[in-house]
Amino acid sequence: MSKVKITIAGINKKAGSSKEYKTGGWRTMKPEVDVEKCIQCFKCFDYCPDGAVKKTEDAIEFDLDYCKGCGICERECPVKAIVMKVEEK
Amino acid sequence: MMSENEEKELLASGHRMCAGCGEGTAMRAILKEAGPNSIATVATGCLEVTTTAYPQTAWEIPLIHAAFENAASVASGIEAALKQMDKKGETNILSFAGDGGTFDIGFQALSGMFERKHNVTHICLDNEAYMNTGIQRCSSTPYGASTTTSPSGKESIGEDRPKKPIARIAGAHDIPYAATATIAYIDDLKKKVNKALKADGPAFLHVFAPCPTGWRHGSDDTIELARLAVETGVFVLWEAEDGEICDIKITKKPKERKPVKEYLKKQRRFAHLTEEHIEKIQKEVDEKCEQYGF
Ligand SMILES: Cc1ncc(C[n+]2csc(CCOP(=O)(O)OP(=O)(O)O)c2C)c(N)n1
Ligand code: SF4
Ligand code: SF4
Ligand code: SF4
Ligand SMILES: [Mg+2]
Repeated sequence: MSKVKITIAGINKKAGSSKEYKTGGWRTMKPEVDVEKCIQCFKCFDYCPDGAVKKTEDAIEFDLDYCKGCGICERECPVKAIVMKVEEK
Repeated sequence: MMSENEEKELLASGHRMCAGCGEGTAMRAILKEAGPNSIATVATGCLEVTTTAYPQTAWEIPLIHAAFENAASVASGIEAALKQMDKKGETNILSFAGDGGTFDIGFQALSGMFERKHNVTHICLDNEAYMNTGIQRCSSTPYGASTTTSPSGKESIGEDRPKKPIARIAGAHDIPYAATATIAYIDDLKKKVNKALKADGPAFLHVFAPCPTGWRHGSDDTIELARLAVETGVFVLWEAEDGEICDIKITKKPKERKPVKEYLKKQRRFAHLTEEHIEKIQKEVDEKCEQYGF
């Protein structure tokens, strides 16, 4: 285990530093998007609890460093552009 | 239309909420709407534990972790300090707590904050039990839900008391803004965050946020359950402005209410309920909806 230096009163100055911890490793299922089908409604973006959906010019993409594979994006996509597949590691 | 903060993520990825946690969806939307010029306090609970795993934090705005019971008191202090520094009204001040930290243990601090008229928005993330410590019942737990301290069994149907109407109780303090919202309706949620923050004085927002671990549903059912709660009338979306608690406005009226069974059957915390129990719950929801005028 690495050593952690404790600051006075536990003050943490590194805003957003949870990004150092990649939650993608928790995943058993992985989302895939069919960019041809995507109508860019961005429901997947709004509903993702982990901020793992990124908007692109013509569709969306997943940030697999953080996606936990919950399947919400697949369920909420109105045009079924997202499918969950078994994660192969 | 996109608000100017639309793309700024203020709850960073890498937080440790369970897969499919409704609090993650809620917090991303709420903080985006509040924007970077905000200061928050958070009570102990899932939100705090999963976002502040020392030495990391998922928060992109200044945050004080209060104790379990006093998020609203600490937020009151921040507001008073900013006032002394002549910075009144420049910064949004939010206090966050779970249902345990709002309905039960944090209620005194919350009521005091309202009564002293601090310009603070308190946001309750309601997952209907003390989840962080292992699904203990709370005054927010609905009738019929099995929890570890209200287990269902031969002699018990699980929780045997109704849910406390916390937002109406908050509104009864004659505060300028009280409302309910949920994560299936992000635009409505954001609009209410905005109104709460703009209100001149204390505001209260009750955010219904399904919890796959505690409610024992699929991690992909989270949004659907939030929607079904509204479509069945189990959770009513409303707002009361300018202290008009007797004149609340229903903000989403389902055209035709779905049977509560559709909502209940997706969650294993209700799996033990018989048809009679479900009928009783349906009747109570019907009566409540009638009270609300639909
Ligand atoms: C005074 C005090 N009592 C008990 C606890 C233990 N405790 C920590 S979080 C928690 C439950 C939080 O429940 P809730 O507010 O509903 O938030 P959730 O975890 O469900 O999001 C409890 C009982 C504590 N931290 N402080
Ligand atoms: S929900 Fe579906 S259609 Fe909408 S942006 Fe996401 S992938 Fe595209
Ligand atoms: S599976 Fe869940 S965590 Fe992954 S991108 Fe979809 S909504 Fe986000
Ligand atoms: S227990 Fe429930 S509220 Fe807590 S992190 Fe897990 S899903 Fe979210
Ligand atoms: Mg809770």
